[in-house]
Amino acid sequence: MAKPSLLSPLKSAGFLFKKPKTLRYPFELKEPAQRYRGFHLNDWGQCTGCGNCADICPNDAIQMVEIPELEPKLGEKKERPKLDYGRCCFCGLCVDICPPGSLRLSRDYFHIHFDTDTFTFLPKDEKANQENFLPAEKYSVLKASLSHRKENYEGFVSDLQYTLFEPERVHMPEVSPEERKVSFIEQVIGYNREEAQKEAGRCLGCQLCEEACPAHLKISDYIKAIFENKTDESLQKIFEDNPIPAICGRVCMKHCEDACSLRFRGEPLAIRWLKRYVADTTKDYKSALEQKHVKPSGKTVAVIGAGPGGLAVAYFLILKGHQVVVFDELPGGGGTMRIGPPLYRLPLESIDKDVDYIHSLGVEFKFNTKVGRDVSFEYLLKNYDAVFLGIGTTLSRSTKVKNSKKCLLALDFLKDNKIGKQCKVGKEVIVIGGGNVAMDVAREALRLQHMQYPKNSVVTKAVSLEDWDEMPATKEEIEEAKEEGIQFHPAWGPKEVVLDEKGCVKGLLCMKVKSVFDKQGRFAPTFYEEKERLLEGDMIIEAIGQAPDFSFISKKLFDQLKFTKYKKVYVDKNGMTSITGLFAGGDIVNVNLDAVTAIADAKIAVEGIDKYIC
Amino acid sequence: MRELELYFGPQHLGMVGNFSITLKVEGDRILKATANPGYLHRGFEKLMELRSWIKNFPMVCRINVVEPDSMEMIYAMGVEKLAGIEVPERAHYIRSIYLELARVGSHLFGLWAYANMLGFDTVAQWAMYHRDLVLDLFEELTGGRVYHIYIWPGGVRRDFPEGFKDKIVNTLHSIGGCVPDYDNTFFNNRLFYERAKGIGTVTREEALAMGGTGQVLRATGMQYDVRRVEPYAAYDKVPWEVPTREDGDAYSRIWVVRDEMIESVHMIFKLLDAMPEGEVYNRIPNPFKWTIPNKEAYVRCESSRGELGLYLVSNGGDKPYRVHFRTPSYTHGLTILEKALKNASIADVGNIMISLYVVAPEIDR
Repeated sequence: MAKPSLLSPLKSAGFLFKKPKTLRYPFELKEPAQRYRGFHLNDWGQCTGCGNCADICPNDAIQMVEIPELEPKLGEKKERPKLDYGRCCFCGLCVDICPPGSLRLSRDYFHIHFDTDTFTFLPKDEKANQENFLPAEKYSVLKASLSHRKENYEGFVSDLQYTLFEPERVHMPEVSPEERKVSFIEQVIGYNREEAQKEAGRCLGCQLCEEACPAHLKISDYIKAIFENKTDESLQKIFEDNPIPAICGRVCMKHCEDACSLRFRGEPLAIRWLKRYVADTTKDYKSALEQKHVKPSGKTVAVIGAGPGGLAVAYFLILKGHQVVVFDELPGGGGTMRIGPPLYRLPLESIDKDVDYIHSLGVEFKFNTKVGRDVSFEYLLKNYDAVFLGIGTTLSRSTKVKNSKKCLLALDFLKDNKIGKQCKVGKEVIVIGGGNVAMDVAREALRLQHMQYPKNSVVTKAVSLEDWDEMPATKEEIEEAKEEGIQFHPAWGPKEVVLDEKGCVKGLLCMKVKSVFDKQGRFAPTFYEEKERLLEGDMIIEAIGQAPDFSFISKKLFDQLKFTKYKKVYVDKNGMTSITGLFAGGDIVNVNLDAVTAIADAKIAVEGIDKYIC
Repeated sequence: MRELELYFGPQHLGMVGNFSITLKVEGDRILKATANPGYLHRGFEKLMELRSWIKNFPMVCRINVVEPDSMEMIYAMGVEKLAGIEVPERAHYIRSIYLELARVGSHLFGLWAYANMLGFDTVAQWAMYHRDLVLDLFEELTGGRVYHIYIWPGGVRRDFPEGFKDKIVNTLHSIGGCVPDYDNTFFNNRLFYERAKGIGTVTREEALAMGGTGQVLRATGMQYDVRRVEPYAAYDKVPWEVPTREDGDAYSRIWVVRDEMIESVHMIFKLLDAMPEGEVYNRIPNPFKWTIPNKEAYVRCESSRGELGLYLVSNGGDKPYRVHFRTPSYTHGLTILEKALKNASIADVGNIMISLYVVAPEIDR
């Protein structure tokens, strides 16, 4: 290789006459790129306070701080992320993990201040913090800081398609609609170990579900234990707050799943099915839980009603050493759970598994014993240290339209089919109501039709006042009912039950509904009187709601019982009613009308009873 | 003549990075050089054992400040191999383009250091300016200028923004248009020739024996490049050359760097043409519950300095059990540097060290 020339560099002399490339900052500014990773923005309206950003931050730069003036929606926390810019490395992991996509990075990156405390910063966005985000004409780079920022200056934002977690649920195996509509086989098959672990692996552990759960189960802990294949530990965590996991694992109203962080980018975690998995895979609760006997306190408590509330009260009280006797008119435990949810949703074995365990701890059950008939209410109040009222709503309401006496009532129908003699159903069944009980009734009637008339064409019609979007039944119940072939007639109200000349049911005369609720949101249906139609049917079942049966309480005592404006039994913060020594919980107290809220009531009542009798 | 012990660095004008060399000199001649690393030891490998798989990404890039991207790549490759995560085709192309851009940026930085060292301040300024143009591209693509945190297990974090292909092409054309200026002022400059020719010679045998890779080996005429011998990302999808020189001295090494930059730019153009449409990432598991089966893996790639290897062990947990990097600067900066400095003059210490492309944090990890 020849030696290069000494004169070669002279060819570049022309550069002496070119303009410099250096920017004369701050007179010449350079605009950051569209995706620039600068200071944080956080939309407080979207932020749920889940804290996933704080958990994933590799530098511990994010701390969740409580904001007292915040009014969180159900299943949200009163916390918002606070950044420490002495630690933040602007990697954007917090942005990618943020489930609602509220946390973003902006293109601002200037902050100069003599006070180091200003480097810890609670990010908000333009909406929540208008004075700090300025339009271009008011913004000056010389004043730029965390409190002097440009508006509309978003940089690195979450790509909603891109998720660091799995947005899809592990598919829950189910019996097909064709197969399940001809039998009472349990519809949901349940997860196996691999499926449960995989599903549990989706949990981010943010605990929003625990905020939303009325009984505040330690959901993230028991899900983590499932993920680690420690089902015993998982069951122990569940039993800390809920002694009926086999029941709740099937029919819980799952307020937790409505709050799950994952729902923002996909399907919420299948928390209910995972609880069911734990309850079902544990053969023997006793050896898994290893609950020790406590010294008896010598106090006795009577529990009226062996439903979820009554069972929970009995369980928590026996753990405190009190003697508990549970009275129920049914031949087994579970209360409404025993008669309400059809076999394809909640088999009797699952109920008995939970009840038997509570029984094994020493709770005495007196089944087939109706308070007021077999034992008097006054006797219980007198002879026990405290009484818990968990009677639920046992009377089905009727529409009270003309000839409505010819209709069947929902609870009687469900009860007979589940624990009594199977009903003979018609070929054309009409179910009045749009709630979950109506769905249970309709789907059960359909099964009976298919079983009793295997070769004939049969039909079940559901008539409800509410239109599709207002129907109180859960979306999945409605979907499943549709899959099975139930005909829906929403926004029709019953006017009259039409009879033929022999006095048998011929059909239901309906009116078109104008509106269901009045301006205050109260139930006050109005109709188009002239828009009528006759739905043909040879059997009508009314499933429009239930009411409690207080007939066992004497008039004198009943007058002492105070009620709230929602016509619920009034209880104080200890769960005690206006009658001293009488505690209450469940459907007669709360407006949620579900099992897990009854358990939540029970937990309050147990603390109250314990305080009262000790 | 009297023997003297001379400390070269860590505070020394000729030293780039937190590194030092203890020289035993007689007059101007170096009798023995002892590399003295450890000034930048931040315990990355140990720290990584304490952080979950995902949290290591914002940190692993910091091991090599000049070219963080190959660090992201190697860690992603390791995790993908352990966890069995597939990468979509388009992501492979994006990764290759991104890594080649990083190589150009890193070489420009190296050229800045080297030219600066020899007193070619003009060329150094040009190189820095052109590196900044490459950083602008990174900013556009990833949101960060130096630490991009862009390659993830399962692909890359975001797709190209709109019009980004054209931007790459335009930027590279404007840098490429200056190659004649660089050649006139620097590469074909007699002064550079006189300063670098025959300096810090490492023969092929020596380089092989002491674990030399990258420019050190290619400057001795050996066509060794991990991208070629064990292709990863999209390096087997387009044709490209491995530039070499014969003499093994500082002059050859810097010429290899120049040729490599040009080759990288050509490769980026080819990759951009061949790049398919499609997804750029496959989903990774929930980072809070991400465990990787009990396994170990060794992966390697070609960083701008030479062969970069990663030995990654998982014991089934949510964090790595052991992380070990085989970094090119480790061999280049310790054994080969000591060898190359023997009998050199004091004035050439910086010259030789930077021509070997030593980056101190890579040694210390």
